Amino acid sequence: MPVPCRAGCGKNAMLKRPKTGDALCKECFFWAFETEIHFTITKGKLFKKGDSVAVAASGGKDSTVLAHVLKTLNERYNYGLNLMLLSIDEGITGYRDDSLETVKQNRDDYEMSLKILSYKELYGWTMDEIVAQIGRKNNCTFCGVFRRQALDRGAAMLNVKCIATGHNADDIAETVLMNVLRGDIARLKRCTAISTGSEGTIPRVKPLKYTYEKEIVMYAHYKRLVYFSTECVFAPNAYRGHARALLKDMEKIRPTCIMDIIYSGETMEVKEAVSLPSQRVCIRCNFVSSQEVCKACVLLEGLNKGLPKLGIGKSSKAKRMLEEYNAKQNKSLEEAINNINEEYEKNNCISKGKVCRSSCKSKQTAQINKTHKTTSETCCNGQSDEKLNTDNDITNSKVKVLLKEYGLSEATQDDSSNLISEKIDHSNTEKVANATNDDDFEVDSHNTDEQIVDEDDTCGGACGKIDSLHISF
Amino acid sequence: TMEPLKVHIQFGGGAELLFDKIKRREVELPALKKYYPDCKHEKWLIKDLLVWIKDNLLKERPELFLQGDSVRPGILVLINDADWELYGELDYELQQNDTIMFISTLHGG
Repeated sequence: MPVPCRAGCGKNAMLKRPKTGDALCKECFFWAFETEIHFTITKGKLFKKGDSVAVAASGGKDSTVLAHVLKTLNERYNYGLNLMLLSIDEGITGYRDDSLETVKQNRDDYEMSLKILSYKELYGWTMDEIVAQIGRKNNCTFCGVFRRQALDRGAAMLNVKCIATGHNADDIAETVLMNVLRGDIARLKRCTAISTGSEGTIPRVKPLKYTYEKEIVMYAHYKRLVYFSTECVFAPNAYRGHARALLKDMEKIRPTCIMDIIYSGETMEVKEAVSLPSQRVCIRCNFVSSQEVCKACVLLEGLNKGLPKLGIGKSSKAKRMLEEYNAKQNKSLEEAINNINEEYEKNNCISKGKVCRSSCKSKQTAQINKTHKTTSETCCNGQSDEKLNTDNDITNSKVKVLLKEYGLSEATQDDSSNLISEKIDHSNTEKVANATNDDDFEVDSHNTDEQIVDEDDTCGGACGKIDSLHISF
Repeated sequence: TMEPLKVHIQFGGGAELLFDKIKRREVELPALKKYYPDCKHEKWLIKDLLVWIKDNLLKERPELFLQGDSVRPGILVLINDADWELYGELDYELQQNDTIMFISTLHGG
């Protein structure tokens, strides 16, 4: 009792499309699937001819299909895009190391260059090490926040015009639902945007925004695309898992609900009276943030200070914790600053703490870790470990040279922590420059990512896909 | 009919993780009446196969594969490489040498 293809091609249908209910054969499905993505791209004006585009690649189904389809459409419709793969290695043994092998397969299959950037080199911590510190409860927070920034850094290194991510229709509907369930109006407004990125940031685009997960999996299956589907070894986010399960249940009954939820999210209007957090710049790392200090810096500071819970939960809570911490530390601040110069004379390259221990042999890595440490230590105005202060000045002078070289002016701060803030900017700049050995990337240290603080409890890629969490088996 | 029914069962997209990471299996189903004496119908349907899988292949956490009398939403079922939604889903009658594939969409991508 085969069903004929709805397109009238004479072949037997192989699947029922959830979006339209049409029964199509493989070939007509491929055509419909790819053409819809092409329309999404052209209607949303996601790319310009000649653009370099980084495909955020996790090795999972969505990014694998995205890379494949973008390559196909680029050739078919002559987009003139220079496509490349960008992967983040969170440092999750038994998970990401395996999935990166899949990404390498994508690189070979699709003949695209591949850049892999690790948390270890950017932040001084692998996810394995972070989980060892904080346990498995909130690790997705760290992973998600760090990944967003890592992707931006990687994209800046690659000097691309935008980052294409594999978010599919189900993911976006799920995020709309989550934001409604949390009453998170600011994110609700943003989460359906097909292209995000405020001024100065590298835009993120979602070519699969209207593409159903079922179709992505069927496409990958029929095209025999190789993808990685092992679950992240760390615990997923239960709340999102419930939202996802609810959505899947509803989709079963009425598949168009996915498109309808996205439509609702897109057209919902926010009352003028609702106050939305204004975007500003993190005083530490200069990335866009809705808070004084961005989430990534707060989390990193927590890790480096042994207060790993610092960035977990509401930002107001983190602020309170920081204030308490600062209050304690302020007494010793002046003393600590005085020590900086003295200590600097004595210690030129001290590696210390967890992050530096293993990598000090490599000067480059050591510097990254060191400056990282510096960033977090100085930014809270607290000097828990005076030895650390010595790094500030090393960094500071080096960075001054760098800043001159790149023609960047020093950031000015008008608050009392002037000295500290300056150092922060510098150390961050140096960190970036060191991490990349790429002059162009310098720009990125003043770049921003509005999403850094956007999603504080969403697993980004550890659960398999960039920026979205999937319920696990 | 009392002769055993041979079917190929395949798991993909992460669903194999629930089945000892084995992606392909060949199974012989006994006569339905032998296996389920109280069964009202004569031939194996997919819904019977799901129960058989639960009893014979799925050792732990069946809720990650099954929900109610069907598969958990988000797990695709392919009958000889075609979407089961075109073939009556749970009420599809298994044929000799059919390939039934279960692909999870729930795993990370």
